[in-house]
Amino acid sequence: MADIALNAARSKGASYADVRIGRYRNQFIITREDKVLNTVDTESYGIGIRVIAGGSWGFASTDKLDTDGIAKAAELAVSIARENARLQSEPIQLAPQKGYGEVSWKTPIQKNGFEVPIREKTELLMTVNAAAMKNGANFIDSSLFLVNEQKYFASTDGSYIDQDIHRIWPVFTVTRIDSQTGKFERRDSLGAPVGMGYEYLTPDENKKIHGVTTLYRDRYDMLEDARLAASQAQEKHSAKSVEAGKYDLVLDPTNLWLTIHESAGHPSELDRVLGYEANFAGTSFLTLDKWQSGKFNYGSKLVNIVADKTQPGSLGAVGWDDEGVGAKEWNIIKDGVLVNYQAIRDQAGIIGLKESQGCCYSQSWRDVQFQRMANISLQPGKTPLVPADLIKNVEKGIYIIGDGSYSIDQQRYNFQFSGQLFYEIRNGQITGMLKDVAYQANTQEFWNSCSAICDDRDYRLGGTFFDGKGQPEQSNAVSHGAATTRFNGINVINTARKI
Amino acid sequence: MALLTADEAQTLLKKVLSFSTADECEVTLAGGDSGNLRYARNSVSTSGSSHSMQLVVSSVFGRKQGTTTINEYDDASLQKVVQRAEELARLAPDNPEYMPFLPPQTYGPAARTFIPATEAISSKLRADLTAQSLQIAKDSGLTAAGYIENGASFSARMNSHGLWTWHTETGVDFSVTLRTNDGSGSGYSSKGYNDISLLDVPGATKTAAWKASHSGAARAIEPGKYTVILEPAAGIVLLENLYGSLDARSGDEGRNFLSLPGGKTRLGEKLVDEQVTIYSDPWNEELPSRNYSGEGLPQEKISWIEKGVIKNLIYSRYWAQKKGVKPVPYPDGYIMTGGNASLDDLIKSTEKGILVTRLWYIREVDPQTLLYTGLTRDGTFYIENGAIKFPIKNFRFNESPIIMLNNLEALGKPERTVSGEGGGTALIPPMKIRDFTFSSLSDAV
Repeated sequence: MADIALNAARSKGASYADVRIGRYRNQFIITREDKVLNTVDTESYGIGIRVIAGGSWGFASTDKLDTDGIAKAAELAVSIARENARLQSEPIQLAPQKGYGEVSWKTPIQKNGFEVPIREKTELLMTVNAAAMKNGANFIDSSLFLVNEQKYFASTDGSYIDQDIHRIWPVFTVTRIDSQTGKFERRDSLGAPVGMGYEYLTPDENKKIHGVTTLYRDRYDMLEDARLAASQAQEKHSAKSVEAGKYDLVLDPTNLWLTIHESAGHPSELDRVLGYEANFAGTSFLTLDKWQSGKFNYGSKLVNIVADKTQPGSLGAVGWDDEGVGAKEWNIIKDGVLVNYQAIRDQAGIIGLKESQGCCYSQSWRDVQFQRMANISLQPGKTPLVPADLIKNVEKGIYIIGDGSYSIDQQRYNFQFSGQLFYEIRNGQITGMLKDVAYQANTQEFWNSCSAICDDRDYRLGGTFFDGKGQPEQSNAVSHGAATTRFNGINVINTARKI
Repeated sequence: MALLTADEAQTLLKKVLSFSTADECEVTLAGGDSGNLRYARNSVSTSGSSHSMQLVVSSVFGRKQGTTTINEYDDASLQKVVQRAEELARLAPDNPEYMPFLPPQTYGPAARTFIPATEAISSKLRADLTAQSLQIAKDSGLTAAGYIENGASFSARMNSHGLWTWHTETGVDFSVTLRTNDGSGSGYSSKGYNDISLLDVPGATKTAAWKASHSGAARAIEPGKYTVILEPAAGIVLLENLYGSLDARSGDEGRNFLSLPGGKTRLGEKLVDEQVTIYSDPWNEELPSRNYSGEGLPQEKISWIEKGVIKNLIYSRYWAQKKGVKPVPYPDGYIMTGGNASLDDLIKSTEKGILVTRLWYIREVDPQTLLYTGLTRDGTFYIENGAIKFPIKNFRFNESPIIMLNNLEALGKPERTVSGEGGGTALIPPMKIRDFTFSSLSDAV
């Protein structure tokens, strides 16, 4: 099928073509309290053909996978490219890429979630829900999402790449209501979506980090987390409303991953820097002149941020990207200085890069591939430190766990983040729970206020299935690693209102 | 590629139902063709076309439900997808909230949602329209990034109780951002219709060009409370979070902004200024929509907020039965009434204020008060003595649409507006609001 597409594109005059044949499987189990609301299996199969003709891109996709359907789609892609060529100011130039021949890659899972009996998965969610309800929750909504992308890529460069990618995301929200005041408080799960199999849901005491709540590394105890969430949602009702002002923030990886995603991941995407996202997701403050200077001070010297398409267990791990470039790891911020971007083949040459970094991805066979975020992670500190060490040096601060509300401007300067759990720190001690907390900062000022990072014993991944970008909008699954990190003197606002 | 006809869809769905051994089975088939052209840096960046169709099978035994989807249509695949749905249903525990699939319903007439001229849009027309937009950018000395997308689609539903629904729709959306070459100014415009003949690409591009050309060298003014005029493209992204939250169940359960102590809700309460009236009407000529809901319930003209009072809430079929009321489905489009004043009229009536042309990255901060945060973007201007005086730097806001609509001063003429966040379409007037809360400055352009 791939050769039919490539040959048809070539015969119509394409100077380059690639084809992705994909079977995308998802499974969702959706529950609330003692009820399974639905069990859903989805499957989609089709082909996407991308070509360069007349110096311009064209793309067509179809679920008609007979010879005629594939050839017609290839022909349509070439005809669209030719139609657009008159609008092209300069022909598309692809960074060179060798063909890999016939190769394959699989997410290294231990237990395929799709092969675990449905009954076992629903029983897990029902047990989780029952634990939360028994511990005082009024409501719990929980779900389990499984993803399997089976995709075959081929290009006129001579690559034939077969990949089998798995992801899993267990998630819940617990709600606790105070019927007298009419107020409600929620606590979301602290587990992460990961590029793993069902083994992620086998608790392991050796992979837990105990503190004000239990935190999880590589394995998730969903049952324990739900039990704790019910208690903590109740505790939030009597928590002190935060006094707005400057605080030292100690951010757990369950919170910091999202701040990394928005303030480091997105602004270092080269398509934003160049203006390709100006009409939707926005551009970037990390402009080319700052990179070219070789000394743009993004953060303090402690800040080392890497892009990595190979990291085991991460959502972005692949063997090759969706234009046949091998997965790799590279620096974005080195000792606080901007040193590189995330690029794909048709952008690399614009800024003089010799190769793509392999950041091309499409959410399905139906959509065209384009530049998407790699796993972007803050490297752990080299000095031995655990979260308690960071807290004991804080005079006035807040320890924040879990991700909450998030928003950032279209060039990634001004952001506001909230969280799930907030603990006041006074004179090196945690003194109690706070609520109505959100922190606002300028990206560069925030990362320059980074004063301590825990070591790799505390390093954990967070992430999302739903990083949105592009027109038409597509989702990208991406992970962000960090260890607990301290930021000094950050502006905290109080979000309580009355209506 | 031509869309499936109703007869072809019926034939296929009857065949799928014939494979069912479940107590109940419902099948839906949706598909269509779409094409798009995306441009940036004054050139095409991506452009393509897609043809696809998806079958959804929901099988039920007693109160156990399983759902599967597939896009392969040979008999073996169809049998496989039905069998898999039945397997999932058999393995599921009873859902006490399960509601049987609907019997045949009576719907109002189909609204004019399908326009053949929109279905016929070609890659040549997309390129021609883009060329017009790029020429305006070039003539104005600006850099353009934009997007045009058109589509024609159908959806069909059939179930074992005899329900049959059929809907076709076309759409074309255009949006463009023009930026000054030094990056100091930016302007945006977006339009979306069922009918291509209503789309004015040069007009929209000129609007964005004016904003870009006049938004450079923006001045910083102190964050705080200001009178603002929200253009419809700015207002829609806050309003959609209000009307999308009018859910009876979560209110009754005590977990949304409508909840009151003791399990009561604000239904029937005057919650916002009496100038606010929001309703839905599938047969509105400017915003035609499907005459039935996602579950197959008839859609009707319905008032959500009338003169500031919460009049109706969404009731799922389960919750309606539990509460002994009629189910009220989510509509496909919302209409906020306004007056006859133009945007210029609102500006002329403003002594001191801020014109906000677009809001961005709207996220919920507190569901209890419907507090949202986000930022202004692509052209924010200071108004003094009834005229735009100078561009200002962008702000972050923290504001609740409930508080905002209590501070409503005046409304202009509603216009069809596409949300730059959720992608939904509504008729929204420009709004003049006092004491809108900006909490910090942003350096973004």
